[in-house]
Formats: sequence, C-alpha cells, structure tokens
Amino acid sequence: MATVPLRVVDATKRFQVGGHDQTVFEQVSLEIERERIFALLGPSGCGKSTLLRAIASLEPLSEGRVELGAEDGAHPSVGIAFQQPLLLPWLTVQENVRLGLRYAANRGAGDHESVARILAAFGIAPLADSYPDELSGGEAQRVALARTVVTQPQVVLLDEPFGPLDPLTRASLQDWLVGIQQSLRLTVVIVTHDVDEAVYLGDRVALMSAGPGRIRHVWETARGPSRTRSSAESSALREEILRAYMGVNAGAAAARAAGGLALAAQGAPRFARSALDPAPTQEGTR
Amino acid sequence: MRRPDEAATRVLSARRIAAVGYPVAGLAVFLALWWGATRLLVEPGSFLSQFAPVPAFESLAAMLQKGALNRHIYASVERITVGLLIASAVGIPLGLALGGLRWFALAATPITGFVRMISPLSWTPLAIILFGVGDPPVYFLIAIGSVWPIALSTAAGVQALDRAWIMLARSLRASRVETVRTVIWPGVRPDVLTGLRIGTTTAWIILVPAEMLGVDSGLGFFILDARDRFDYPGMVAAIILIGAIGLVIDRLTSWLLTPRRRARTSRVAEPQPVPAPLPADYRI
Ligand SMILES: Nc1ncnc2c1ncn2[C@@H]1O[C@H](COP(=O)(O)OP(=O)(O)O)[C@@H](O)[C@H]1O
Ligand SMILES: [Mg+2]
Repeated sequence: MATVPLRVVDATKRFQVGGHDQTVFEQVSLEIERERIFALLGPSGCGKSTLLRAIASLEPLSEGRVELGAEDGAHPSVGIAFQQPLLLPWLTVQENVRLGLRYAANRGAGDHESVARILAAFGIAPLADSYPDELSGGEAQRVALARTVVTQPQVVLLDEPFGPLDPLTRASLQDWLVGIQQSLRLTVVIVTHDVDEAVYLGDRVALMSAGPGRIRHVWETARGPSRTRSSAESSALREEILRAYMGVNAGAAAARAAGGLALAAQGAPRFARSALDPAPTQEGTR
Repeated sequence: MRRPDEAATRVLSARRIAAVGYPVAGLAVFLALWWGATRLLVEPGSFLSQFAPVPAFESLAAMLQKGALNRHIYASVERITVGLLIASAVGIPLGLALGGLRWFALAATPITGFVRMISPLSWTPLAIILFGVGDPPVYFLIAIGSVWPIALSTAAGVQALDRAWIMLARSLRASRVETVRTVIWPGVRPDVLTGLRIGTTTAWIILVPAEMLGVDSGLGFFILDARDRFDYPGMVAAIILIGAIGLVIDRLTSWLLTPRRRARTSRVAEPQPVPAPLPADYRI
C-alpha cells in the first residue's frame, strides 16, 4: 500500500465578490497516494484550478488544511504546471526551463546538463533558443511542464496540461506522461474535464461538482502498472464515471440557469437529468 | 524575358527612392522657405537678413572648426546627464510604488497629477532660491520635468505585469528578492526604458531655457550670449545645433534602450510533436 504524501482535509475556499462571500468549493477531502496519478475531474468553474493552487500553497484556504508527507515526516516538494503555460516572454525556452534552478531554494536540484537532458526528453531541444511567442500551444505546455519537473518536485500538480491539443497528440502525450511519472517516480495530480483522460491516467479519479465545488465520488481504477485504452473492466468504469459526470454537468447547468447566468446564452440544460443521473453520493473511495 | 520578381524589385527600389527622396525634398523646401523669408521678403541688409540660412551654416561650420562650441556642448550634455540620473533615481522607485501599491497610488495621484501639469520652468524662482545660481538649479529643473515620463511609464509597466508571473515565481520557490530580480524587474524594464527615452527628450527641451538662468556655459547660455554680442548667425547656428543634438540623442537612446533579441542559432531539427518515451534510467 502506497503511503499518503498528500492529504486535503475539509478544504473550503471563499472569495469576496462584490462585498459578499462566494464559495468556490467546500468540504473537499482527498487522499493522494505516493507515486500514483490522481485525476481530478470536474466541469469548468467548479474550482479545480483554485484547489490545485491551494494544494501548492499559492492560495490560502478559508477552512481546512493541506497535509504534506505527514507519515514519515519527510516534506515532499510540490511543483505545479498552471492551466496557462505562463512562459516569460523575454526568456528563451531554455532559460524558461532553467528559471526554477536560479532560485536558492532549488540549489543542487539541477544544472545546465539536466536542463539539456530534460529538453531532449520533452522533445523540445530544437526549440532551446526560441522565444515563447514562436511556439505552438502544445510546445509551450511541454516547456512549462519541463520547467516544473526540472526542479525535482516529488508531487507534481498538472492543470489541464493537454487541454487544447488534438485527440491523437493528446493520447500520445498521455502515454508519455505516464512514462515520465513512472521513471521519475512522481506523485501526480492531474486536473481534467475529460472523462477518458481521467480514467486512462488516474489510479484514482475524483469527480467534482460545481456551484459550490464538492467532491462527488472517488473511484479506484484498481489497475496494475500497465494501462490499456480498452478493456471490459475499464469501459464499464468509464461508463459509470461518464454518467456521474453528466449528472454533475447537468447539475452545474441547472445551477447556472437558476443563477440566471447562462440561461440566455445556452437555453435549457443540455442533459436530461432523469435518464442519466446516477444520483452520486459522497462516499469516498469505492 | 522578364523575370517575375523583376517588377517586385523595381517597386522596392522605387520605395527606397521615396524613402530618401521625400525627406530630402521636404528639407529642401524648408530651407527654400527659410531662405526666401529672410532674403526675398525683406530689404537687403536689413536686421532680419541676419537670420538667413547661409550665414547661419557658415557660422556653425566656423565655430565647430575652431571648437568654440565644445565647452558649451560638454556643459549641456553633462547637465542633462546629471538631471536624468536624478530623475531616474526618483522616478523609477516612484513609478514602482505608484504601479505596485494601490494605497500609494490612491494617495499620490491627486498630487502627482497636479504637479505634473505645472511647466517645469514655473519652478525657476523656487529653484534659484533653493539652490542658488549655477548648475544645481538647472539639474533641479531638468529632473522635475523628466521625472514624470519615467515614473508614469514605470507605473504603467508594473500595472501591465501579469500577476500570474509572480505566482509562478512563488510556485518555483523564489524568495521575494528573487521574484523582483527574475520576474518583476525584467517584466517592467521595457516600460522603464520607454520612460527614459521620453524623459531624455523632455530633459533636452527643458535644458535650453534652464541654461538661460545664471550659468555661463551651455548651449542655452550661448544663445543669449550670442544675442548680446549681436552675433545673430551664431545664435541661429546654436539653435540648429540644439535641434541636431536632440535628434541624435533621441535616436541614440531609442537604439540603446530598445531591447533586442539575441540572434539565435537556427533550429537544428523540428521539435517532436510527441517526444519519445523516456529511457528507463532517465534521471533529472
Ligand atoms: N481570485 C479570485 N477572485 C474571485 N473569484 C475567483 C478567483 N479565482 C477564481 N475565482 C472563481 O472561482 C471559481 C472557480 O474557478 P477555477 O478554480 O478556475 O475553476 P476551474 O479550474 O474548475 O474551471 C470561478 O467561478 C472563478 O470565477
Ligand atoms: Mg481551471
């Protein structure tokens, strides 16, 4: 049994919007196992990015806490790759990747050579001297990921890293990510709104609902170290998660409509609730 | 047979001719008007004819040859350098504070907006009371005029800074000082440089009238001195020189202060859309 290097306990986040509190997510509890991939699935706006920033201690929680490496006392370092690549436009690809290594806190984590090796491993070595505005979206994402990984964090938080890519590139990059995760023995939390991606990558899949964000359900995909894109077992699970996700989406649409926000733009909620909603419960892992 | 790109080449060279031809023609028309106004429209030998282009350029050439203006050019350039250094030392931190600290911007905006609208030369009597005569009041007047473009451009740069970059630096465990050094300062530097460019031009414009106040060197002083010596061609020559030096300063600062990208080695290969799987023994 892998130990738990990261635990989110009863986390709630509120923002002050126009003088009153708006709850982004509430009572979120997660257990993230060491050297596994944890997929966080949820409709857009449910607070996934905010939760990830909170886990990286870039954003204070209103309530609850994030526990890091509580068991053996070791304090794993956390790296995050944001939803936007956030490359610094005045630096080349190589200099962007090296950014973290210039900081005293990461002294000894890497050198010029490790930057060169990671550029090669990420397929971006030919771009080493290019500037960010010369990159495609997928290239920029890989540069951002390289910059996160090169400082050797034990826990890596990825915010929709393959969001804007075409399905084929996306599928190959997913396999490539699994390779990285395994050879570097990383603990990965990946945020996605794609059910297939969550099921394929995640050793655990947590479904989050919107308005305010809550963890609806956590599935254990119970697989060995190898992954397949199609098996009877995985497709049954995929089916189950997809149904729950559609229920959550319909709920989110209904909540938006009730809030009078998206009604005019979207018409009625897309999904008929009755047929698809498996009435998910909040029961932790299966 | 004509090669297909021949027409394009001809258009290009026509454009190049236009790029040189129009400015030259404009200059010629200007000189002709100047010459006409001081020669044709006035009685020969009259007072105004002393402001004509030919004696002015003759006087300029003679003075430059003798080095009679060197002392004044040196004094003027030294004054704007000192004035600009003071303006930068005050303006850059002021701009950083205006752009970065909301409470400071709110508190300072009425005052800065007010003071900025006062012509720098209105401060002249105060400058002389405070600093006496000589170089210090000139430094003061240059600094108070050019501090605003520097401060406001810096503030605009801070405001345009992507706040997410600061979070990025934090996520990579940068200290505050490291964040300023690696993200905030490089992020606002282009705007600081733009402010310096505008400030330099402003400083040069303020310099000349400021040098008309109780100093005995500099191009501004030289204009008044030439007037008192009834050396009108010399006076016009100094005006021409001021314009020319201003033009050179503007071009020079814009060349010096415009960030340029390093020339880079060309791509040796295409990047891989999907990288190869990592070797099993890969370590960072
Ligand atoms: N700094 C902030 N101030 C106010 N509201 C915020 C802030 N950051 C995020 N939010 C709100 O929190 C909600 C969730 O945002 P986000 O975490 O980006 O969702 P997701 O990543 O799941 O799409 C959104 O409604 C967003 O407007
Ligand atoms: Mg997001």
